[in-house]
Amino acid sequence: MGELWQYLTAPFTALGRGALRSFERVGRSTLFLLQVLRGVPAVLLRPWLIVQQTYSVGVLTTVIILVAGGFVGMVLGLQLFNILVRFNSESSLGTTVGLTLVRELGPVVTALLFAGRAGSALTAELGLMKATEQFSAMEMMAVDPFKRVLAPRFIAGVVSMPLLAAMFSAIGVLTAYVIGVGLLGVDAGSYWSQMQNSVDFYNDLMTGFYKSLAFGFVSTWIALFEGYDSVPTSEGVGRATTQSVVHSSLAVLGLNFILTALLLETS
Amino acid sequence: MISRRGVELLVGLFVALGIAALFMLAMQVSNLSTVSMGDTYQVTARFTNIGGLTARSPVKASGVRVGRVTDIRYDDKTHEAIVTLAIEKRFNQFPVDTAASIYTSGLLGEQYIALQPGVEDQNLKDGDKMLFTNSAMVLERLIGKFMVNKMEQ
Amino acid sequence: MQFDNQTGAGDDVLIRVRDLRFRRGSRVIFDGVDMDFHRGAITAIMGPSGAGKTTLLKLIGAQLQPETGSIEVDGLNIHELSQVDLYDLRKRMGMLFQSGALLTDLNVFDNVAYPIREHTRLPERMIRYLVLAKLQAVGLRGAAGLMPSELSGGMARRVALARAIVLDPMMIMYDEPFSGQDPISMGVLMKLIRDLNDNLGLTSIIVSHDVTEASSIADYIYVMAEGKIMEQGTPRQMEDTHSEWARQFLNGLPDGPVAFHYPAPDYGQDLFGG
Repeated sequence: MGELWQYLTAPFTALGRGALRSFERVGRSTLFLLQVLRGVPAVLLRPWLIVQQTYSVGVLTTVIILVAGGFVGMVLGLQLFNILVRFNSESSLGTTVGLTLVRELGPVVTALLFAGRAGSALTAELGLMKATEQFSAMEMMAVDPFKRVLAPRFIAGVVSMPLLAAMFSAIGVLTAYVIGVGLLGVDAGSYWSQMQNSVDFYNDLMTGFYKSLAFGFVSTWIALFEGYDSVPTSEGVGRATTQSVVHSSLAVLGLNFILTALLLETS
Repeated sequence: MISRRGVELLVGLFVALGIAALFMLAMQVSNLSTVSMGDTYQVTARFTNIGGLTARSPVKASGVRVGRVTDIRYDDKTHEAIVTLAIEKRFNQFPVDTAASIYTSGLLGEQYIALQPGVEDQNLKDGDKMLFTNSAMVLERLIGKFMVNKMEQ
Repeated sequence: MQFDNQTGAGDDVLIRVRDLRFRRGSRVIFDGVDMDFHRGAITAIMGPSGAGKTTLLKLIGAQLQPETGSIEVDGLNIHELSQVDLYDLRKRMGMLFQSGALLTDLNVFDNVAYPIREHTRLPERMIRYLVLAKLQAVGLRGAAGLMPSELSGGMARRVALARAIVLDPMMIMYDEPFSGQDPISMGVLMKLIRDLNDNLGLTSIIVSHDVTEASSIADYIYVMAEGKIMEQGTPRQMEDTHSEWARQFLNGLPDGPVAFHYPAPDYGQDLFGG
């Protein structure tokens, strides 16, 4: 009888155990974040560390962002034209492209690409450092790994994201122009003037900027935590890297909804 | 392995490119160039219904933007909405009997305040109250009126 | 140097471990352990894998906290120190990790210079002298420009050793320094450990299960298993040990108290029985 009971309740106990472990993980990651933030002031005195990390996190992600932005812009040009033409409003292409990119696609797609390229690289690097005991070594050498290794990477991530998102939106607007005006015959003047009339600096551009900052914060945090917390074996690092991308992406998408709901002013 | 100088240069370029992109977005894509106004003076106007007007809604005269709505409040005693308009100082030739009406751009666009100049000699100054206002047309009321008219026929 | 089990002379003992208890999860790692590490001596800690030898080093370095018991280093109870004092103490400790643990984004020179640059404000010229001198001591001065990925395992360990001694610490801990090394590298490391210990007046702790190598350079040996010290003594004393278990371990005998056969039912039964 007891065995039957155990058999029946097994999935629930497993669920409970999994949930408890998840909560424990969230708690650990929050403490981790606090430690990283505490290390930030010290790093600001050694800007070279931040510059170095901005190179590997930001500069090396630029190409993929520009290429992606270019393609997304072109697709937007095609698709939105296709829809607007039905309402005879193809002159509003500028408006639709501008708003779509600046409000949503710029921050969100950039964040997803960032998580995939820069985030996974961070996680893998940290996981490898953990597996080769470099963190232990640093602690034994009386060097705080949070100040020396983690805070610079965190700052680099938070700083790079908005810049990358802006690049994405900018190039998207340009390639959509090439397709819309150059290929599909939308009037150049309407494209820009309509866009300028509808894209509000505060409502649209700034909210997009804040979003990309928030995404940078969250995805860098997750990437660093997954790497620092990984199991120090080769499978452990591999698993941590995939988890980092998945969790970052989901967090960005979830956060996007919350931020959009909060920041979008219905005029 | 790129040299230290190389890394610094590339990071500098990266940041410059990012800021340039932000700048381009701000100037070319958004309405920043039209949003920032010079010095303004403020006047208030009272409406029974402001419709969908919000702060930062445009204030136009003859279809040209001359200012912005900066504040909207409700007066509990007179049951009216008090709207504060900030008009650019260079447009200081609005007579004191200028009318402020709330219109909608296009059919379903955003709402704005249109100024119809009056005929008096004196002009509006900072802190003045506008004398003539026309509230927003609320669709439900129009339909209601239409229905009542129809019924009477 | 005279070695008794529990020395009373305070100054002679650099590290004093008393009644150490530590648990990982539900597994008991240390169950009331007492140890003394004498100044200027090389003390070896041996035992089967998983006996907690690396954990002991982490406890001495205060990276882990014991459940009960105390560890005193140079008269200070390390687990009661403030963060600042602990970091100061760690600057006087060197540690050699099993994999070397060199920072992968720095070359050999910068790796060895790392502790100096982090903790002192010495000018680059002085740093160069110090780093090259330490690299010379481990025989790798010519490799100063290489990256860690270009080094063999043995070379990486020697670089890590140079890094560990660059600030002239009072003690060094070695975590499995001999594992996975070819005979020549082992010989080199053994020579280095002994020479550095004597020339620099260090106190060394070696954690290893390479019995022959560790015994040949150690001044005192602790053999641990199942959370307790099974045997201790000088290498000489260990040869005449009465403990069956220690004899099996030290001589690498395949059968004895640690049985060859994994527990199983009767052989005959298993083959022919129902």
